[in-house]
This record gives sequence, structure tokens and C-alpha cells, in this order.
Amino acid sequence: MPDPRSTPRWRALVVQAVLVLALAGLAYLAAANAAQKLARQGIVAGFGFLGRAAGFDIGQSLMPYAAATATYFDAFLVGLLNTLLVSGLAIVLSTALGFAIGIARRAENLLVRAFAAAYVEVFRNLPLLLQLLVWYVAVRVALPAPDDPAAWGQAVFLSQRGLFLPRPDFWGFAALVPLACAAGLFATGLLIRASRRAVALGQKPVPVLWPGALLVLGPPALAWAGLALAGHPVPVAYPARGPFDIEGGLPVRPEFAALLIGLSTYSAAFIAEIVRSGLDSVGRGQREAAAALSLSGAQALRLVVLPQAMRVIVPPLTSQYLNTTKNSSLAVLIGYPDLVHVFMGTVLNQTNQAVEVVTLTMCVYLSLSLATALLMNRYNARVAGARR
Amino acid sequence: MSLETEGYVRKTLIPPAPPPRRLGGPLAWVRTNLFPDLANGLVTLAILASLAWLVPEALRFLVLDAVWTGTSGEACRPEVVGHPVGACWAFIGEKINYLAYGSYPAAERWRPNLFFALLGLGAAWMLWLDAPKRAWGAAYLFLVFPVLAYALLAGMPALGLASVATGLWGGLLVTVVVSMVGIVASLPLGILLALGRRSDWPVVRYACIGFIEFWRGVPLITVLFMANVMLPLFLPGDLTVDRLVRPLVGIALFASAYMAEVVRGGLQAIPPGQMRAALALGLTPLQATRAVVLPQALKIVVPGIVNTLIGLFKDTTLVSIVGIADFIRVLEAARADPRWSAPAVPVTAYAFAALFYFAVCFSMARYAGFIERRLAAGDAR
Repeated sequence: MPDPRSTPRWRALVVQAVLVLALAGLAYLAAANAAQKLARQGIVAGFGFLGRAAGFDIGQSLMPYAAATATYFDAFLVGLLNTLLVSGLAIVLSTALGFAIGIARRAENLLVRAFAAAYVEVFRNLPLLLQLLVWYVAVRVALPAPDDPAAWGQAVFLSQRGLFLPRPDFWGFAALVPLACAAGLFATGLLIRASRRAVALGQKPVPVLWPGALLVLGPPALAWAGLALAGHPVPVAYPARGPFDIEGGLPVRPEFAALLIGLSTYSAAFIAEIVRSGLDSVGRGQREAAAALSLSGAQALRLVVLPQAMRVIVPPLTSQYLNTTKNSSLAVLIGYPDLVHVFMGTVLNQTNQAVEVVTLTMCVYLSLSLATALLMNRYNARVAGARR
Repeated sequence: MSLETEGYVRKTLIPPAPPPRRLGGPLAWVRTNLFPDLANGLVTLAILASLAWLVPEALRFLVLDAVWTGTSGEACRPEVVGHPVGACWAFIGEKINYLAYGSYPAAERWRPNLFFALLGLGAAWMLWLDAPKRAWGAAYLFLVFPVLAYALLAGMPALGLASVATGLWGGLLVTVVVSMVGIVASLPLGILLALGRRSDWPVVRYACIGFIEFWRGVPLITVLFMANVMLPLFLPGDLTVDRLVRPLVGIALFASAYMAEVVRGGLQAIPPGQMRAALALGLTPLQATRAVVLPQALKIVVPGIVNTLIGLFKDTTLVSIVGIADFIRVLEAARADPRWSAPAVPVTAYAFAALFYFAVCFSMARYAGFIERRLAAGDAR
């Protein structure tokens, strides 16, 4: 017998069918209008335009990119890599800064608490766009003029055009160096697992920090020195002063620096609040019990309070990471060539393929959101699974 | 005790701690809060030293060395006036009307002023929790006010109000209009979406989930670009959309997705017993939602709504990227005025914008905190 209080089944079906039809009709009308207007403007729909030559230059690129030969798809990739680079670095920096400030908000010292609170209020209550404008002006004012760059040993230059570093070239034999680094990372991972297992078995943990650092940095350094001794030194491209500007090397642009600083300091304020609420969620008794076991304040925080706080911290932290990635699209304001700037800006203006460009860009952000959410959910399941 | 855990066990007694020297009075307060140990003492001294530098410096820039009167950038150049120059408030003073109204015709500026006053009335009615007839206030803010505001700002020749093209609107006016449209459109839409997301009907539920997660998954800038280039494509015939309306549509959809999640949080916090009790009294599910669940849910999400509003207010600055003359954009235009070229002018402009946004957002955040404490006090009874 059906539940007398619920709406009749047939009515639910009719309403839902009408909704589906209405949505489909709306989508069809929009698509038909768009197709008609695009046809009138002489724009060929489809993603074929990605193979055409782009013909514009991009200020910063993680992959080989030359205006003469690159396609629009190359431009898309460059923009995507730049977005990933700046959001990845901003996530790391803002996490470190945010945890420090969040912990400082519960510090013993009154002034430290007040300073942390002031930081959070100021950075959280100002629009990111305004902060980026200020950082961009500040970074450029602080740097030396382009015609008189600061130089260190003819290898590193710094001016308003950016910081120019020597660029090592890891092709051929030189690929040994990154390989050695990867092997070191892998070995450190094994070490962390061994340490976890030891703790789970009630044994003393295996020391990880210093051996890990040695494993990650040692082998590449050895490989570098060994290659030099064996007569195949790693080729390094040094920047040099050209007729107009500094050329070659690995440039780090001021736009990138301003965006990275702005994004990191802004997100750090939000992460600090998340960390503070996480710390508040751990009962007072935990700290007191840790003190009774004669753990120092820092040990109590690291071994007792933070691990329990992480359960509360991780879910909102996930959405904050997503926000950081999405906020990196403000790069378009100060001219850092991220995905939105390169693709929705320059490529859209040149090709007028509005539907395709917008769809592709939004799909990238949606899949980034989805991927981050999945990764963090797995981590969250592990952290929450430790509940007793 | 097993051998493995022995490493954790202390083998000697800790020497007893000395008795505390002083437990009360100002000296003890300073000791526990500022100088509990050497490291903390050094940090305290470092912070005090930087404050000793920062506070006079800020005071000097903002007040003591500031230029209050003048008609051009000359007045704010240290080499012209002969002493160090702080903020150039004369610049803000001259541009204040431009910052508030953009290029809105000077003779018609009473209309934006009336708009601000009407908005202030509605906002105060909604924000003051003990105000009389708050339901009427909501009706005024969400139904009457938008119509009035449109007639007032865009003009209505039938009533003797000359029409003013949206291209002339600017500054604070546009920032407030964009935020208002965002909140007025997103609250009802967000409530509908939140209810739809909890619906038993799969089509409604998945449509709402898809809608919400789509807008929450993409950055606002891409939404604004999309509204700019794709909205005109989707409309039939030669129908075009006003340059200002395009980002408004984008912001309204974007904000409604975030609002829906805030409202959903409130709906989830209402115990299911409330719904069952209402059904047991013979209310239909629609009546029960409208009269029992929703009022309780909306009451507890007021802090969340205000926080969304703060985010929305900060996000309105993004419309400047798609060419709308909001507060930030007219500020940038004003500081590029060659008559006012002085090193102090951009700094002053940014400082002014920072003070403005901070004042608005900080007071809204304080209000949200006040409501939160009041709700917590109500629950504690």
C-alpha cells in the first residue's frame, strides 16, 4: 500500500517529465539560436581551430613554445601548465603560512595572538583583486629598473622584467639527475611506510626527516658531480645581458611573483581560520593529558592535538584548495599567462570560437575540481578512519 | 609492559617545579601573556619594535603628512611642496563624486542617492532582528525595491525620469547594484535549489545537483566571460543584452549555487522529526516545508548568508575585468588622470579602496558573528 501522505506517483512522474522536456527544449532553443548566429558570422563550429597556427608569443612557458610554429592547442597547454604551476605552489605556500598563523591564533603570547588575528581580518576582508593590484605595483616598485639589473656572478639577474636563473638542461645523460631524485623520493616513501608500520606495531618510529632529506638531495648531487667527472657535465644555459633585455636562462616574471604572493597570503588567511577551528575542536583535556605525560607544548601540538584536529580541518581545507585553483584565474588582471588569460583572452579574441573556448576552459576547471575533490576524499577517509 | 614500548618510558623522575612566583596583579599578567619564556619574550620584543615603527609611519602617511587640499597632482609632489608627502586625500576629495556615481549625469545624482537611501531602509529592516513587521521588510526588499530601483536608476520617461544608459553608471553605484542583484536573485533561487537537491524526485534532484556543482566548480571570471560572449549567442534573433546585464546574469547564477549550499546546511540541521510532526498534524509536504522547516532553517543560516554576501561583495570587483565600471575600475581610471600624476596618488587610491572594502566587509563579518552568538545563546537556554 502506498504511503497516503506522499504525492501520487503519477503526479511525480508528470512533473518530472515536464521538467525534462522544458530543460531539453530550452537547451535546443539556445543551441539552435547559437548555431544560426555562428553560421551568419561565418564561424565553423568544432575544435578544428586547435590545430591552426597561433602566431602569438607567451611570456612564460613550462614547455618549448615558439610563436612561429605553435598551434592554439600548444597555447592551451602552456596556459594550463601555468595555471597548475601557480596554483600548486600557492597551495603549498598558503598551507605552510596558514597553519603557522592558525596555530599562532591559539598561542600563549598575547601579541602573537593579536598579530595573527589582525592578519586574518585584513587579508580576508579585502578583495583578492585589490590585493593583487597592490602586490603587482609593490613588486615592480621594489625591483631594479630593466636597464640596470642587479646581477650575481653573471649567472643570476634581477630586474623589473623578472628574476633570471641559470637553466640546467636534463636531456640525454643529464636525465640521470632527475632520475636519481625520483629514486630518492621513492626510497623516502618506503622509509615513511616502514616508520608507520613500526609505530603500528608499538615499536620506536624509524627516523624519517633527516635520512629522507639526504635520500632526496644526495643522489642527484652525486649524479651531477659524477657526470661532470665522467666528462658529460649537465649543460646549463646562463642568462646574459642582451642589447635590450636579459636573454636566455630561466625567467621568473614579476607577474608570476605577484600572483603567487597574493594568492598565498590571501588563501593563508582562510586556512588559518580553518586550522583555528580545528584546534578548538580538540578537547582541552587532550592538551592537559599531554602535558601530564611531560610532553612539551610543541610535542603536544604535533603528536596529540594536530592529528585529531586534522579530521575537522581536512574537509574545508579541500574546498579552500579548490578556491585557490579557481582564484588563480585572476591572473588575467595582471597579465600572468594562465589558462584564462591565454585561452579565454587571446585565443578567444583571435578565433571568435566562443562556445568551444568557453566549454574547454570550464571543463578544465571542472575536472581539476573533481580530481582534487576525489584525492582529498581519499585522504579524508583515511584521516577519519582513525576514529576510535 | 612489553620491551618494545620501553623507549617511551621515562626512567628518572622529573625534578619538582619551583612554586610560581607571582599569580596576580599586572606584573604577573605581563609575565604570563607576554614573557612566559625566553623565545616568547624575544618574539614579543620583535613585535613591539615593529609596531613602534609601523604605527607612527602609518599615522604620518595617513594623517600628519597627508595633503588635504589641492587642485592637481602638483600639490602632492614632495619636490613642489618642499616637505615629505603622505596620502594625497585632495585627489580622493576631487574624485569622490566620480568614485560614487561614475559618469552618471550630475543633475540626476539625486536618483542614486535616493536608491542608496531606499536600500539602506530595506537592509536595516532585514538586519535589525527585532524590527517590526520583518515579513513586510522581506517583501519590500525582494519584490518592491528591485522594481523601484530599476525605475529610479535606468529611468522611466512615463514618470518624468529621463532614461540613463547603463554605460554611464559607475563606481560605488555599480558595485552596490551588482551585489544587490546577486543577493536578491540568489536567495530565492538558492532556496529553490536547496529544496530541489533534497527532493525525492530523481530528475529534480540530479538537475539541481548538476546545476549547483557546475557553478561551484568553475571560477567566476570564466562565468563572466561566458555571460559576455555566449549569452547573446543563445538569444533568438537580433535580441541583444545590455552590457551591464550580462555579468549580472552570470553573478546571479553563480551566487545562487553558493547560496543553495548554505541553505542546504540549514535544512540538514533541522531534525527530521519536525517534518514528521508537521505531516502528522495533517499539513501537506509543501505546507510543512513552507511553514515549519524553512523558517527554522533560514533562521540558523543567517550568518552563512551574510558570509556569502561578504564573498559576493568582494567578488563584484571581478566585473571590472569584463569592462564594467565598478568601484575598482573607476578608481584605476581616476588614478590614471594625467593631471593627478604624482607618486603618492596610486598609493592613496589603493589605501582608500582598502579602507572602504575593509570597513564594509569587516562590519558585515562582525554582524554575522553577533547573530551567531545570539543564536548560540538561544540554543543554550
